[in-house]
Amino acid sequence: MAEMDTSSKDTGKKGPGVKKGKKMSTRVDLTPMVDLGFLLITFFMFTTTMSQPTSMNLKMPDDNKNTKEQNVKQSGAMTIWLGDKNRLYYYDGELKPDLSNVQMSDYKAIRKAILDKKAVTPPDDLFMIVMPGNKSTYKNIIDILDEFSIDVVERYALVNKVDTAYSAYINKMDALADQAGGQ
Amino acid sequence: MGRAKVKRKSTTVDMTAMCDVAFLLLTFFILTTKFKPDEKIPINTPSSVASKLAPEKNFIMISLDKNGHAFLNSDMVPVKEQALDLINQEQNLGLTPGEIHKLATMPIIGTSFNNLKAYSKMPVAALNDKLPGIPIQDTANNQLKVWMKAFVSVQQDLGTDDPSAKMAVILKGDNMAKFPEFKNVIAALTENNILQFQMVTNPEGVPSGSELWKKAQSEGATTTPVNG
Repeated sequence: MAEMDTSSKDTGKKGPGVKKGKKMSTRVDLTPMVDLGFLLITFFMFTTTMSQPTSMNLKMPDDNKNTKEQNVKQSGAMTIWLGDKNRLYYYDGELKPDLSNVQMSDYKAIRKAILDKKAVTPPDDLFMIVMPGNKSTYKNIIDILDEFSIDVVERYALVNKVDTAYSAYINKMDALADQAGGQ
Repeated sequence: MGRAKVKRKSTTVDMTAMCDVAFLLLTFFILTTKFKPDEKIPINTPSSVASKLAPEKNFIMISLDKNGHAFLNSDMVPVKEQALDLINQEQNLGLTPGEIHKLATMPIIGTSFNNLKAYSKMPVAALNDKLPGIPIQDTANNQLKVWMKAFVSVQQDLGTDDPSAKMAVILKGDNMAKFPEFKNVIAALTENNILQFQMVTNPEGVPSGSELWKKAQSEGATTTPVNG
């Protein structure tokens, strides 16, 4: 394509005595150009952002309104506590004072628990309550909210002002889990 | 008879075609590239299945880095300037209009009110993750609350015709940010009646077989999420 026909078939057409100019090849070595091309490609590939950041919507309840008005049936409620070291604790309905109905889980196993709960609850009653513990991270909160959207749970609430009593429960569960893990 | 002479072939390959491909790709990348925005504070956002793109204009972004320091950022310089002006009057900071303008054009705001004057004189290169951030740790002195209040009142003054009146509040948190700081950020928002906000995440594929995946499947191929 980029080669020119430089074959010297036409030699001898010129008359005698005309000095033959030495034919130079017009072929250029393109290897350095290719090198440069790929170098720039690599640069652009590394600096480019292919995936745009997405965003997740979160609605918080209005503090000024009486949120107790919201009808949450105990039978359909599931409370999830976010603990330390990516641990989760959950219980159905009402918390027993001795924490005996609280179960430990993690971010993989919680899907089954949520789906099980969803299967036995009428859709209108299903309500998830998330209480993050003081040691939980932002990633934990996003992960659990994301889990709700994966499992198509429409009604959930993130409790912002976690009661100190509940924070203490979460710490207690964490301490128990640490103890069990340490043995 | 002697053996037929094997003709020696040249080992040089014609580079023209390769050069063509290289430059074709190069052109593609140059045209599609969009440089990563210059991030002053490194933040690793968690990932989610949310598919809505984060707004790129008319936003107020609150960044929460891994140490729990909060930073404020907005693409709307005039709104920022008005908010700063309001805070300047309320808190008697004694900022000059020049300093306010300087602060409004800075990429991030990450210090307490008392240090704003000194902060406005800082070179942009010095803005990094060593900044103290807007004080939020103490619930009694949650300065982010004051900031949001100023933004809300500026927004109300603008009226509904102004496109920048509809600003989106974006929260960009680091994976390792802890809940107590996050809680204070949320409190700063909810107490100013900003009850809806967006949290920046990295896109992630919907796990196949999950409820959302089934829902997307049944809605048709156009909305089928990519598994990743």
